[in-house]
Amino acid sequence: MSDLKQTDIEKIAHLARLALDANDVPVYAQNLTNILHLVEQMAVVDTTHIEPLAHPLPMSQRLRPDVVTAGDEHALFQRIAPQVEGGLYLVPKVIE
Amino acid sequence: MSNFTLAQLSQELQAKKISSVELTQTYLERIKRLDPGLNSFVTVTAERALTQARVADTQRAAGKGGPLTGIPLAQKDIFCTQGVKTTCGSRMLDNFIAPYNATVVEKLDAAGMVMLGKTNMDEFAMGSSNETSFFGAVKNPWNTAKVPGGSSGGSAAAVAAGLAPAATGTDTGGSIRQPAALCGITGIKPTYGRVSRYGMIAFASSLDQGGPMTRTAADAALMLNAMAGFDVRDSTSVNREVPDYTKTLNDSLKGLRIGLPKEYFSAGLDPKVAQVIQDAIAEYKKLGAEVIDISLPNSQLAVPAYYVIAPAECSSNLARFDGVRYGYRCANPHNLEDLYKRSRGEGFGAEVKRRIMIGTYVLSAGYYDAYYIKAQRVRRLMTQDFVEAFKKVDVIMGPTAPSVAFGIGEKTDDPVTMYLSDIYTIAVNLAGLPGMSLPAGFVDNLPVGLQMIGNYFDEARMLNVAHKFQQATDWHTRIPAAFK
Repeated sequence: MSDLKQTDIEKIAHLARLALDANDVPVYAQNLTNILHLVEQMAVVDTTHIEPLAHPLPMSQRLRPDVVTAGDEHALFQRIAPQVEGGLYLVPKVIE
Repeated sequence: MSNFTLAQLSQELQAKKISSVELTQTYLERIKRLDPGLNSFVTVTAERALTQARVADTQRAAGKGGPLTGIPLAQKDIFCTQGVKTTCGSRMLDNFIAPYNATVVEKLDAAGMVMLGKTNMDEFAMGSSNETSFFGAVKNPWNTAKVPGGSSGGSAAAVAAGLAPAATGTDTGGSIRQPAALCGITGIKPTYGRVSRYGMIAFASSLDQGGPMTRTAADAALMLNAMAGFDVRDSTSVNREVPDYTKTLNDSLKGLRIGLPKEYFSAGLDPKVAQVIQDAIAEYKKLGAEVIDISLPNSQLAVPAYYVIAPAECSSNLARFDGVRYGYRCANPHNLEDLYKRSRGEGFGAEVKRRIMIGTYVLSAGYYDAYYIKAQRVRRLMTQDFVEAFKKVDVIMGPTAPSVAFGIGEKTDDPVTMYLSDIYTIAVNLAGLPGMSLPAGFVDNLPVGLQMIGNYFDEARMLNVAHKFQQATDWHTRIPAAFK
């Protein structure tokens, strides 16, 4: 049984790039521990020789001719961006 | 007129007893007057609707258009609508004006349907009660102290209350069927790949599927005719002919083999709900069906496997919301990591954050095999159970949900309790099968849904089986008193 500690939650939140309110961390630790206990019920069945199933239908990826199908729509898409300038998305400075 | 079916409205329009503009105004007026008590819409698109209605009237006057031309509907706010806010029930997308239309929206527009607005939903479709929406809980029209189910709770409540004659929904673990059951309407989740996912905001890509939510099975058939079909823009869309689902609605049920899985009638099921389901099965016997006891031995593993697979896929899909290209961005980020973390931390609600974290955990090094690969192995076992069952039966039946609608706030403290409300619906998504819920009776003045599970691409038969039941019963015609 996996019991998640507050430090585990902080690590997972960092991996998921989620800022959590410090007051909420103990609640998430309890919630996520309960969820893991639920999913660990899978252990009751032996699946050693069962192939994993990633997708419900047996299908392969279709291929299409390697030709351009879309026009330049950057102006349309950037109209809903939080911050753009000169056709570029703006983010805080990465390299000092 | 607000209790008319799509088929009846189509006749009224055809006979010129009413125009699409008048019909649209009727529904817009009802939304304005009644929705403040339900909160089923996030956005009402009155102007767009009246423009579409005028076009529909012109088409019909010229003798053009199809059976759905000029009939209003509501779109779940998970489908991208060009030029119209598409929120997915989240603060993250509260300012998101979709730059393109989902294929489902395109197809229903092309069929001449009139979009009244966008319906409320659990945030990013993660929930079973519609309480995780950033825009507040939706209330059940049968009893406003109760939840409408989720995640397509706004769509279900709007149709049940006669604020729209039909709506779209999406179903990842029960999100069409469970709210349809709790609100007393008909909903079908088609086979995975039957309806395009293009422009449908992704939660768990190997499970998500859109479908119609209507008063009757005949209406669902009409709408599925317009929604289904191959789409090159969805790489998992299945290239297979779409039958006319209305053609076979009246086929006889003589000799139909109905499987009843013993696992769907065990502990955890409200005995009063069980009785309603047994009564519905008895009705099917009268219609000539044969009932066969079956077993789906791995049923109890559906919820555990789902809460690995769905969060894993969700954590990947929702990584796109980064505060850079669209959606919510935090104020004054001091570096790029802070921008990502606070935009996501502030933009997502608690349930979405829980699922992203579970997904991140089960995909991380050291846990991947024990959780994610294990869940995929269980998924195959469960799928095999269904394949075996469908060698012996034509459809599988049972309850859609273990209880009738529960109280608002009753299950919000413990996510696991909430997750168990989808105990009968989740396996269907893991297997990619079509599933349906139809009104079967009442317990304590709240609707009960009968779930029907079909074989792959057997939607026509399911709609037929549901339609015949609705010809013999009148549960689907009941309307909550406050919304008559």
